[in-house]
Amino acid sequence: MLQEESDLSLIIAQIVQKLKGSNLYAQLERQAWACLQRPEIKLESLKEDIKEFFKISGWEKKLQNAVYSELSVFPLPSHPAAPPEHLKEPLVYMRKAQGSWEKRILKSLNSMCTELSIPLARKRPVGEQKELLSKWNEMGTDEPDLSLFRPVYAPKDFLEVLINLRNPNYENGDSLSFRTHLGLIQVPLKVKDIPELKEFFVELGLTTGQLGIDDSTQVPPELFENEHVRIGQKVLAEQDGAAAQQYIRQGSPTALRADLWALILNISSQPEDILYYEQLKTNVIQHDLLVDSLIYKDVKLTASNDDYYFVFEDYLYQVLLCFSRDTSVLGHFAYNSASPPKSYIRGKLGLEEYAVFYPPNVAPLCFLYHEPSKLYQIFREMYVRFFFRLHSISSHPSGIVSLCLLFETLLQTYLPQLFYHLREIGAQPLRISFKWMVRAFSGYLATDQLLLLWDRILGYNSLEILAVLAAAVFAFRAVNLMEVTSLAAAEAVLADLSTLKVMPLLQIFLFATVT
Amino acid sequence: MSRVSVPCHVKGTVALQVGDVRTSQGRPGVLVIDVTFPSVAPFELQEIMFKNYYTAFLSIRVRQHSSPHTPAKWVTCLRDYCLMPDPHSEEGAQEYVSLFKHQMLCDMARVLELRLILRQPSPLWVSFTVEELQIYQQGPKSPSMTFPKWLSHPVPCEQPPPLIEGLPDPSRVSSEVQQMWALTEMIRASHTSTRIGRFDVDGCYDLNLLSYT
Repeated sequence: MLQEESDLSLIIAQIVQKLKGSNLYAQLERQAWACLQRPEIKLESLKEDIKEFFKISGWEKKLQNAVYSELSVFPLPSHPAAPPEHLKEPLVYMRKAQGSWEKRILKSLNSMCTELSIPLARKRPVGEQKELLSKWNEMGTDEPDLSLFRPVYAPKDFLEVLINLRNPNYENGDSLSFRTHLGLIQVPLKVKDIPELKEFFVELGLTTGQLGIDDSTQVPPELFENEHVRIGQKVLAEQDGAAAQQYIRQGSPTALRADLWALILNISSQPEDILYYEQLKTNVIQHDLLVDSLIYKDVKLTASNDDYYFVFEDYLYQVLLCFSRDTSVLGHFAYNSASPPKSYIRGKLGLEEYAVFYPPNVAPLCFLYHEPSKLYQIFREMYVRFFFRLHSISSHPSGIVSLCLLFETLLQTYLPQLFYHLREIGAQPLRISFKWMVRAFSGYLATDQLLLLWDRILGYNSLEILAVLAAAVFAFRAVNLMEVTSLAAAEAVLADLSTLKVMPLLQIFLFATVT
Repeated sequence: MSRVSVPCHVKGTVALQVGDVRTSQGRPGVLVIDVTFPSVAPFELQEIMFKNYYTAFLSIRVRQHSSPHTPAKWVTCLRDYCLMPDPHSEEGAQEYVSLFKHQMLCDMARVLELRLILRQPSPLWVSFTVEELQIYQQGPKSPSMTFPKWLSHPVPCEQPPPLIEGLPDPSRVSSEVQQMWALTEMIRASHTSTRIGRFDVDGCYDLNLLSYT
């Protein structure tokens, strides 16, 4: 009992500390000062009267949303003796692997700098700044010479690093025994099996209505859809973040999605946020980073060629360039196993914030949000909550290593013949599904299906659904896959996912497969 | 609750295994670590802290100092405490753990020696142990003060002087002022740790190379 109480007070102290620096705190203070004029606030019971006022005026709800949001994001306070690296990643060998992976990326960037003799960061001359400002909304029309820039790494390289991840204390004898993993990932992390997944994803069950299934044209809307939309509007009217997260597990109606996501991620469009975005924009204009060219090249190669996303090319540049300069993202490194790279400015230590990540993660969001500053905030929040786990090596249940292991375990347990066959022909299933998971399926699924999938990521606060979907896709195409005889043929069978419907696949795999 | 570290001597681990260690194939699943306190008199144990390394279950036995005539006996104070919920996977494998006095089965008043019995039933791991073992005892209590007489035996209060017309009641005013003072103290004591958000040094952000350290 003592332990739980002290844990609770520790958590409360941590959240209070975090919220003190936020916008909400300043607003609450202002409100409290303003309400002192009101007649019902008496001096003897100042505290209680102000609390009552907050409850009535809706500010308590905002505070509740903020606290709930913090609880979902930040890990629980750990043992007092644990060093900060332990909070980022408890397993020592994973920390080491992440460190050497980062060093590799840094070396690559540094060598690119010296080869092309381009500085990593420099202040732009005034003429160039003016030019960029005038072209801010149409950066896509610019065609600088980027042929010399190579991508820093591809998903394949990252997969190789994950495959070679080994626990030195793990008995992995040379001979095949019950200990060897048949898949590519060789670390024994704890992953959920189907009974546990069924319990975790209980709202996706056969008896619960889903958007993505029960809103198709054959089903009359009175059965589910109308009621669901009505509840969604009520949740938005109440502005309750926790209720929104529960609601979105059954999918979000298209009209309400933008507001629901903003509510769950606790993003409000205050003038301060727009100002923050403008400040970042100024930073982009004043300083030129090497990473900008890499981002530019990446976007040109991927999103501009995509049938759905090419319209958002300019938005993507605006968001990503600002993101690479946002120092508030540094806060998430406390629970990310990665570390930001450092560099020296004039002999003093400075921090360069960068993340070499995959732009298509931004593109689907462009369908939802039109103002750059709100789009930017949503993207940033989704990155620091979920997507960063897809690019760093950690033992977190939503980390990419656990997702890969979950995928392989599900396939091995429930489709053993398929798994064995693919392994025999040299087409390890993870080699095909890795690129889907590391991009959270963006660029592979149709946009409306992708948004339904991301609804569930928000609702369950976990990326495990990506691994389940990957296994479900393999299960769906199992018959064709059993007939292929090479990796290339297997990839061809699974090349086009744009016609797939996500929710029926998930439901069948989790709840309707006879095991 | 202050605590003071007790210097301890951790003896080498002893593996318990049936049969000859050299010839049998499997690895031991039980290890015993003895902890003695050579330079300290029997003390009251407050907390045991360590870093786990792939140990699944922990039992602790303690030998306490009893009356001078009876020999000290070994008593189990913690039985099969679970450190890894699934011994075959990595969960909890490298965590920091604290065990407190109130979690123990018996009184820890006069500890002479401790014996930690580690168990790891899974054959997947090459070795297992606990690291960075630290034992804490109760810290010194704050020195007792003698209160001045007027604080410990307050004089019964006399009849308050009659209120002057037009002025507010002094006891009410003092309670309100007290509340406000408490609030201002709280605000003054709190500070925030939010970053300001600038990343350039003196307006300069010219970087040439990233560093590897």
